[in-house]
Amino acid sequence: MQASSLPSRLPLPSWQSLLIKYGNDPHALVQILRELQAAEGWLPREQLAQIAEALGLTLAHVQGVAGFYRFFHTQPVGRYRVLFSDNITDRMAGSQALLQQLCRLLHVEPGRMRADGRVSIATTSCTGLCDQGPALLINHHQVVTRLTPARINHIAALIEQGVPPEQWPADWFRVEDQIRLADVKLGAQPAPGQGIAAALARGPQATLDDIKHSKLRGRGGAGYATGTKWQLCRNAPGQSHYVVCNADEGEPGTFKDRVLLTSYADTLFEGMTIGAFVVGAQRGLVYLRGEYRYLLEPLQAVLQRRREQGLLGVAIQGRAGFDFDIEIHIGAGAYVCGEESALIESLEGKRGTPRIRPPFPVEHGYLGQPTTVNNVETFCAVTHIAVHGGAWWAAIGTPQSTGTKIHSVSGDCERPGLYEYPFGTRIGRILEDCGARNTQAVQVGGPSGVCLSVSEFNRRIAFEDVPTAGAFMVFDRSRDMFEVARNFAQFFAHESCGFCTPCRVGTELVVRRMDKLAKGYGSSDDVQVLYELDKLMHGATHCGLGAAACNPLRDTIAKFRPAYERHLTSLHFVPGFDMDAELSQARLATGRDDTGAHLANLEN
Amino acid sequence: MSNDRIDALSPGVFSLDGKEVEFGPGETLLQAATRAGHYIPHLCWKSGFHANGSCRLCTVKVNGRTGAACTVQAAAGQTVESNTDELNGQRKTLVQMLFVEGNHFCPSCEKSGDCLLQATAYEMRMDGPHFEEFYPDRPVDASHPDLLLDLNRCILCGLCVRASAEVDGKNVFAFDGHGIHTHLVVDSASGLLGDSTMAASDCAAHICPVGAILPKRQGFAVPIGQRRFDIKPVSQQVEEDAP
Repeated sequence: MQASSLPSRLPLPSWQSLLIKYGNDPHALVQILRELQAAEGWLPREQLAQIAEALGLTLAHVQGVAGFYRFFHTQPVGRYRVLFSDNITDRMAGSQALLQQLCRLLHVEPGRMRADGRVSIATTSCTGLCDQGPALLINHHQVVTRLTPARINHIAALIEQGVPPEQWPADWFRVEDQIRLADVKLGAQPAPGQGIAAALARGPQATLDDIKHSKLRGRGGAGYATGTKWQLCRNAPGQSHYVVCNADEGEPGTFKDRVLLTSYADTLFEGMTIGAFVVGAQRGLVYLRGEYRYLLEPLQAVLQRRREQGLLGVAIQGRAGFDFDIEIHIGAGAYVCGEESALIESLEGKRGTPRIRPPFPVEHGYLGQPTTVNNVETFCAVTHIAVHGGAWWAAIGTPQSTGTKIHSVSGDCERPGLYEYPFGTRIGRILEDCGARNTQAVQVGGPSGVCLSVSEFNRRIAFEDVPTAGAFMVFDRSRDMFEVARNFAQFFAHESCGFCTPCRVGTELVVRRMDKLAKGYGSSDDVQVLYELDKLMHGATHCGLGAAACNPLRDTIAKFRPAYERHLTSLHFVPGFDMDAELSQARLATGRDDTGAHLANLEN
Repeated sequence: MSNDRIDALSPGVFSLDGKEVEFGPGETLLQAATRAGHYIPHLCWKSGFHANGSCRLCTVKVNGRTGAACTVQAAAGQTVESNTDELNGQRKTLVQMLFVEGNHFCPSCEKSGDCLLQATAYEMRMDGPHFEEFYPDRPVDASHPDLLLDLNRCILCGLCVRASAEVDGKNVFAFDGHGIHTHLVVDSASGLLGDSTMAASDCAAHICPVGAILPKRQGFAVPIGQRRFDIKPVSQQVEEDAP
């Protein structure tokens, strides 16, 4: 094979040059590992040892960090690393058959590297492309959307020919915004700097008061009041304060932050800058999920332009003492890092294990300093509120859920994409607008959200009724809701950080039960065990991931029980052996043949 | 116990299963309860070490909300429920999860009778694994001259990690992997304990609540039947944990 036929790589930075780039800062470990792997393909133990020594860390620690993230490889992988997005919407669009097709064409088993080291093919959690799937991620860098059997044939040929992904048809990498319905956040945007100017004119306290007045609540799912969070952070003593944007949009079925990062980055960065003005931060960090790596360069270009426009850097808009800049950290495949304390651990270069709380990040966050962590959509909302005022925002939506919410609509509908509505919008209205027909169920807020059946389509999107982080997956009557729940169960088991007993073992036990049911070996006792596991995990886990891991089970068992029972050979326990036949020996020995000696007569 | 309601709500006192427990500044529920001689089941906590909050055995209800007693700060007037059928049932399930996740064969284990997992299982009236066993393929590391590392028994409590870091100043242990594949790793070039800086005199060598880290050549120095939990159940040995 010609060297030139290898997939091209970044200019090879040695591990030393990476260490210099990051100033031997152990907190940059995840970034160093990511860039090293991008250059080398995988992370050999010898290099981990050299990095550990240079950063003053133990090899075991570095090994543990590398082993935590799904996108890091401590064993050799193929030069082409193909990961099929494995969300239920990808599966509904045929992703599993496409994966098998590619494996067959390239003579490789899923999850294994081909013997010649050319290619590895596996699955990954939702890549946030549900409205244009099935999708795949190649070399942890580039996404390919709208996969078809023909495209898979073509991909297989290009891999066999050794054509680097950068030379694949550009059309394959096209990611569309698909904005179907725009309200304030997806509509006309303020000019860059307009929101900052309004905040500077008001002053930090008045800006904060206005955010509070708007009653804005976090868009990441939990719905905590943004003004209160910023107030706590602003008041917390510390050497420095930090503003962090949670762009780890990992909830399966959610992709609205991807669009905001693609086309509304100015509004996002402006919101972060206003946040910095309010809490008194000089440094901002964007935690960008590894699946959105392809957005890094465009985002950096926006940051650079804003520096040139005087909207970032020293004395922003000429205000002496208002210094603030933003850097981007890239994740490496870990859903749990969407939890804010796990996200901070990851920013600090560690395993993404959620912290014990309290203390909360507003007091003890990044590097132990006061830190506000907010969602992409929340920061965008802040910019609009700064320009138009809190009262304007508070007049939209419902009393407890002000403003608008962006929904990532996917699944069985004619027009998947982004829909922005004021809070208080009926589920049924969204279904009508997206062209959903014969709808059986909607999963609102992703697997950790809620599954609604037809009788609930009159409920409304709001923190008072159906809260959501933004996912809206539609299932028509042809879908097996058991398989939907099984996909979600596999997701949570795959993404458990492994720290606490109930989540680590519980999510695995759930998957084993669901697999058993899927094979037709299940019993009604297995459904009962699923109930018990759900109850335990709701009250006993360390963080919200484990607590939510059984939500889809709970909902689907309650609302779609026939879907489970179809997978049971009997609604009663059917043992693997014939109990009555075993009793025949006892009957012989005791000489009994009365009705009480036959199992069939004892049932019920 | 005083029936005076004002006393019960005065600063420094919370209620644990109807009994008053005094606490000092900054103490967690588990610290205060242990000092007062009350048993709250736990595996990953040990007096003198930072709370980990991973085993979740000590999950209690504080004013109706669940939380791990090792991480929840004590506060005056809290009503804490611990010794209830619901919470003990949950603890039994958690212990069963730990049993099926690893390879725990009590009859042939030299830690039997000294093992906190086994003792807690008895305390929670566990009479079987309930779930199917995973039988994971885990290595035994016998490379160290004085210590045996048998990860089949590891329950990921992290006590050895904390002891090595906080007491021994060595950082011999760390966690690797994620989800059900989370596992303990040793800091040495080979990954073997024998090539690490671990010494038999280290705190980390003696802190394992199960039999994952054991001194060699001492297996049956104390005969089965005369070991710590053979003599008294774990719930009656709270003073041994007390700060």
